[in-house]
Amino acid sequence: MLVGNGKSIVNGIAIGKIKIYKEPERIINEGLIDDPDAEVTRYEAAVEKAIDQQNVLYEKAVKDAGKDIAEVFLVHAMMLEDDDLNDSVKEIITGQKRSAEYATQQGYANYAQMFADMDDPYMKARAADIIDIQGMVLDNLLGLDSASMQGTEPSILVADDFAPSQTVKLDKSLLLGMICREGSSNSHTAILARSMNIPALMQCKEVDDSWDGKDAIIDGKNGCVYIEPDADLRKVLTARHEEDLKKEALLQELKGKPSTTIDGYEVHVYANIGGPSDVGAVNQNDAEGVGLFRSEFVYLNSKEEPSEEEQFVAYKRVLESLAPKLVIIRTCDIGADKTIDYMNLDKEENPALGYRAVRICLTRKPFFKKQLRALLRASAYGHLGIMFPMIISVREVRECKEIMEECRQELIKEGYKIADNIQIGIMVETPAAVLCADELAEEVDFFSLGTNDLTQYTCAIDRQNAKLEPFSDTHHPAVLRAIKMTIEAGHRHGTWVGICGELGADTTLTETFLRYGVDELSVNPKSVLPLRKAIRSLDLSKPATVIGK
Amino acid sequence: MKEINFTVTDPLGIHARPAGILVKEAKKFTSKITVIKGDKSCDMRKLLALMGLAVKQNDSIVVQVEGADEDACAAAIEAFLKENF
Repeated sequence: MLVGNGKSIVNGIAIGKIKIYKEPERIINEGLIDDPDAEVTRYEAAVEKAIDQQNVLYEKAVKDAGKDIAEVFLVHAMMLEDDDLNDSVKEIITGQKRSAEYATQQGYANYAQMFADMDDPYMKARAADIIDIQGMVLDNLLGLDSASMQGTEPSILVADDFAPSQTVKLDKSLLLGMICREGSSNSHTAILARSMNIPALMQCKEVDDSWDGKDAIIDGKNGCVYIEPDADLRKVLTARHEEDLKKEALLQELKGKPSTTIDGYEVHVYANIGGPSDVGAVNQNDAEGVGLFRSEFVYLNSKEEPSEEEQFVAYKRVLESLAPKLVIIRTCDIGADKTIDYMNLDKEENPALGYRAVRICLTRKPFFKKQLRALLRASAYGHLGIMFPMIISVREVRECKEIMEECRQELIKEGYKIADNIQIGIMVETPAAVLCADELAEEVDFFSLGTNDLTQYTCAIDRQNAKLEPFSDTHHPAVLRAIKMTIEAGHRHGTWVGICGELGADTTLTETFLRYGVDELSVNPKSVLPLRKAIRSLDLSKPATVIGK
Repeated sequence: MKEINFTVTDPLGIHARPAGILVKEAKKFTSKITVIKGDKSCDMRKLLALMGLAVKQNDSIVVQVEGADEDACAAAIEAFLKENF
């Protein structure tokens, strides 16, 4: 048994035979030619065809991997239209009397070198794009077809590197996994593998042509590949693979289906996320929106207070890539157990009951305004919900809304576009908010129950304290009653009510919550489909199987 | 001639995809559009040359627009830069 190590892109397992994916051998006429005009015409036709091919790849990649990722092919098409590039190739054909193939090789190589010589790592990586389009033009000139390189059997493909166009062209039904000697975890291949959910290893230096045709298993979780694995290992990994397949089947079964009970009660299943990098998980698990986007990442990932611009870019990216889905962004919730140096927060005796979240925001108005301005500006790029945490009174909600209105007026004056469908809501996570829910509901579009804090505050149980374990009951009737009261109060005033705490994913409570009338459940992306499955198997017209408490 | 001064705030700078859209925008006009960064400059209609300027976050660029539709062109380019970079 041989083991190769690399950077893993997808946590899954791939089991199958290795197929070495080799570039077609391109034999290029390097001698002088007689008819430069004919060569120029050939070159132009090959470029024309390559542009069409990029557009076809774009359509395919949009379906396989999403619009964001597919756009590389539009960039390729634009590069192929670049006058400087094409002139430089034609110059070689007519000036040096060389074949279209030779001129393509030389002319594109100069541009690839220009990018490779740049300092910026992003620009450096663009050299691969030039090489990719060069390969397409050459294949068109030579009449080669790289599609045949994959073979006809399902396999794990091994190569030095895959060009983005090669990755997209692969027949997915025959593709079990991918291993590259080169390639970073940010390369297009990696991005595509991730979005297509195909186990892939990058920078696997052990890659060897002698692997061709051998049995192999990629263990994405541990970032390695076993060539001719022994029986015990095969058994363990096969079991894990089957587990993954079951999950995948669940996805296939439930993707695009509404979260509706047998008797037709529909509830929305959203995802909780912590940063722009979680967007992929939202789509992969088919969440209908984002019920809680914790904005803390913009504060925690920064050495100093993040600017309005930095926040805007981060929020915009998430809203844009999930549009038209609703994305509820919770305003700054630092304090308590999440502290940051530059905020200069005093040490507190009792931080859970202390200076945190909206309490900081309302006393540090310039700080709060920066975030609200960034959010309002980002609203133009998708469907935004703004949610204020740790609310205990109507006064606080009104103050938040006043400051937001102030920001809105400023931005309009400055010429920014702001969406007119922004939803405003609050976290209901304090007993005070539950008891004042009727008044609060008058102020907002939605409530989101934060069951973790609500449990801790209702039961006076510190959730960090292990000693309190025997006293803690995550299904405490007081908490369930608080949830019921909140949902009923919200509905009395036309305010929709969701649950974004951990209890939302607890399928033993799903029927209870649905019977209370909950409108939305927002859970960890991985729990979205199991929860949808649970909802779709309920029939609320039948007698309750759980006690409503 | 119209001149636009602009400082890039996008963390990735003028990177591939939006650069491509910028080139498309520029091609809608007939005026000559020159992008200047330090001692380097290029025609905004040329994608690879534009990417070759390697404009990064916080870099300042000057865009010169000259031609029959320079007023409309400069206004559109300026708005586009503000919106996307």
